[in-house]
Amino acid sequence: MSWDWEFAIEIFPELFNVIWLVIGITFAAYAVALIFGLVLTFGRRSKFKPLALVTYGFIEFVRSTPPLVQLFFVYFALPQLGITMDKYVAGILTLGIHYSTYVSEVYRSGIESIPKGQWEASRALNFSKTQTWFRVILPQSIPPVIPMLGNYLLVLFKETPLLGAIGVLEFLTRAKNIGSASFSYLEPFTIVGLLFLVLSYSSSIMIQKLEKKMKKVHVRTN
Amino acid sequence: MIQPYIEILPQLLKGANTTIQILIASALVTYSVAFIAGLGKISRFKLVRGVTTFYVEIFRGTSLLVQMFWIFYALPAFGITLSPFLAGVITLGLNYGAYASEVVRGAIQAIPKGQTEAAIALNMSRWHRMTRVILPQAIRIMLPGFGNISIELLKGTSLVSLITLADLTFQGLIIRNTNLSYTFHVFISLLVIYFLIALPLIILVRKLENRAAKGVAK
Repeated sequence: MSWDWEFAIEIFPELFNVIWLVIGITFAAYAVALIFGLVLTFGRRSKFKPLALVTYGFIEFVRSTPPLVQLFFVYFALPQLGITMDKYVAGILTLGIHYSTYVSEVYRSGIESIPKGQWEASRALNFSKTQTWFRVILPQSIPPVIPMLGNYLLVLFKETPLLGAIGVLEFLTRAKNIGSASFSYLEPFTIVGLLFLVLSYSSSIMIQKLEKKMKKVHVRTN
Repeated sequence: MIQPYIEILPQLLKGANTTIQILIASALVTYSVAFIAGLGKISRFKLVRGVTTFYVEIFRGTSLLVQMFWIFYALPAFGITLSPFLAGVITLGLNYGAYASEVVRGAIQAIPKGQTEAAIALNMSRWHRMTRVILPQAIRIMLPGFGNISIELLKGTSLVSLITLADLTFQGLIIRNTNLSYTFHVFISLLVIYFLIALPLIILVRKLENRAAKGVAK
């Protein structure tokens, strides 16, 4: 074993630069997950049974099949149906939709924790359905689940290297290329691993702080 | 319309066989690691707790694919060269084991303190207390969590295709590369086959969750 500092410092900038793209893609995919997750939650609660059933089936199917294969499906197979996408769009959509199924479960647990009296009170006040959802139910059900949502941001971040398989964010490929050119895989892969560790560790500390803050707010309003 | 599916199915099933083998092998590693790390995290020895926390944070803090590449490509620098199968199984086991160790720890800590106190009052040794009183109750709480981890593990196995192991995803990619017009058939089949492998696990988890919701170990 020989860890070569000079070599590590030389290749560091090239690998570090990808971090910004990783962060950008993570947040874009997360936005998709948050929004589409809400759509799934409403779909599953729909009074129109077939819609509720189809949504339920979709969630189970997407949740239990590999994101890597879903990525291949979206990027390689959908064009045969006439749906062609840029690789970045395909990557962001696939990750976003995959995690929207998890996010919708989080929303669901938040919504189910709202006491029935809140629905009844909204009805008594003659609120419309939209008003009840956006003024009464969601503002109460989302804050308590924010830490759980934050965790999925971390999980999604850790899944981004998958996009290398369709030529996006190929820093693993780059690390592999550096490795095969210099016969030393240790430094490039260790650097990539450490970059991930530092980023996810610091964001998990941020989420914990947020969690503590939320708890304080929660206590105060009670 | 059905013709392409009949043509590609035998090769895909060969890959599915490999995928199931990886799933079973890595599940065994995952559960073993989960117990070792889960118990390590609540150990009375500070050193054991420290080492376990370090392991769990490393594997939960980095990406599974990065870990797999590191173990497959970078470990040989230390003189340890692993076959793709072994590298895949070890990475999957260590990664999901780190997550599952939290399930073990959470379940053990969910057992009321009175149980431990009662066991101490009955003059049971630490070992007896764990194996006869705490674990039998905690394992029932762990089961739904383990089920969910196994589904995640199945999804994770698809990554071994990227370190050249001929699993289900890999076979699909080979067929697709030799016959581009089968692209759609291949990937829709892959999704369905993965779902069919997961289906028994999904049903099992639902059953276990329902049973747990009714109240176990109260």
